[in-house]
Amino acid sequence: MNQLYYEQKDLDDFPNITEFAPESGEKFFDYYNIATSAGKLSEREKSLIALAVATVRHCPYCIDAYTNKCLSLGIDNDEMMEAVHVGAAMVAGDTLAHATQMRKIIRKKEM
Amino acid sequence: MQERVKQENEYSFAQQLRQCGSYPLKAVAVNTLQMNITRKCNLACKHCHVQAGPHRTEMMSRETISRCVRAAEHPAVTTIDITGGSPEMHSNIEWLISQMSQLGKRVLVRSNLVILLEPEYHHLIDTFAKNKIELVGSLPDYRAQRNDRQRGNGIYDKIIQAIRQLNKIGYGLEDSGLLLDLMHNPAGAYLPGSQSALEAEYKRVLNQEHNVFFNTLFCLVNCPIGRYLEYLKNSGNLEDYMQTLRKAFNPQTAKKVMCRTTVSVGWDGKLYDCDFNQVENLSANSGSPDNIITFNYDLLAERNIEIRDHCFACTAGAGSSCCGSLTQ
Repeated sequence: MNQLYYEQKDLDDFPNITEFAPESGEKFFDYYNIATSAGKLSEREKSLIALAVATVRHCPYCIDAYTNKCLSLGIDNDEMMEAVHVGAAMVAGDTLAHATQMRKIIRKKEM
Repeated sequence: MQERVKQENEYSFAQQLRQCGSYPLKAVAVNTLQMNITRKCNLACKHCHVQAGPHRTEMMSRETISRCVRAAEHPAVTTIDITGGSPEMHSNIEWLISQMSQLGKRVLVRSNLVILLEPEYHHLIDTFAKNKIELVGSLPDYRAQRNDRQRGNGIYDKIIQAIRQLNKIGYGLEDSGLLLDLMHNPAGAYLPGSQSALEAEYKRVLNQEHNVFFNTLFCLVNCPIGRYLEYLKNSGNLEDYMQTLRKAFNPQTAKKVMCRTTVSVGWDGKLYDCDFNQVENLSANSGSPDNIITFNYDLLAERNIEIRDHCFACTAGAGSSCCGSLTQ
């Protein structure tokens, strides 16, 4: 049965997202390639950042792509898991930081 | 309307070559004579495409070796690449090395390195050094866990020990004239990353954590044949891996694949386009000689290459060969 959502083979279609808006699509790929290639940060460092973001953003395609990329670059499993924990900790910290808003309102409203 | 990229992923290797104007794939020279002198090996690694192991008995005869030496005398042949199995386990390895070294050409021996620790074979380190043999050692990963998953428990530590002994006599040290290269191949169903990035990591870990040294890292894409093919099938990765290879096809590499400048000789003297075709029993064809007895440089240097879909392994990404990536 065909699935409508999140099929693994749809990752192969990623290069075709230029369809219907080729100019924007091509500019996106130029940007994407520059942003994810080695610069001041190494390819390894960027791949670990991408893996953490992919996991935080719950993108199965990106998790697939960047887990494979990290394996290809010889990155250890525990290094990958550490990167995911950075993402998880940032999400937890970001959530708790927003409790400031709640605490400010509580302090204003309570007698 | 744009042609959809995913359609290209369904092409056979031959179709893909046609698409980029590289069909038929033809040899342009024979610069490398690769000799697979035995299938016997002291290890039985999971990724081994020739399915070598301790129980294999195939050995190249002395007569076939002599014929290879005569073939290697051709001025266009610049490199003699000796592989197996474990070449050290061939009873005529020292004689072969002395014969080939006299030709004054680049002579490579591919070693699992571990065997050099065994008392029976330890003296070969000096034989290699005396004859300035370039050693290519298999070290699939710079970390013990991934390496040993492929090659067996405790093998990583032994390889480090062997490299340390090779370093002692100058192998792997700059300006010593004794080259020790290492071969990386992924410990699973994925492709290797960039050779330069991996070499930097290998050097960082081996130099800093183990105080051992090597010259160059060669990255090899695992070819979906032999024992590695069985692994892909048994782990349910075959379809995905083949798709990954097809997607990664790089037309630039098709012009540089090593079969275009190599002839591979089997233990029994049969000629092949490469070591992978040897395993698939695809001998050199198209009217060119298919046995070292009838070696003819001119015919072999312009033969058509036998291609199958396993050839996608050599054209993926930066390309792959027995001496590493084909492009940067």
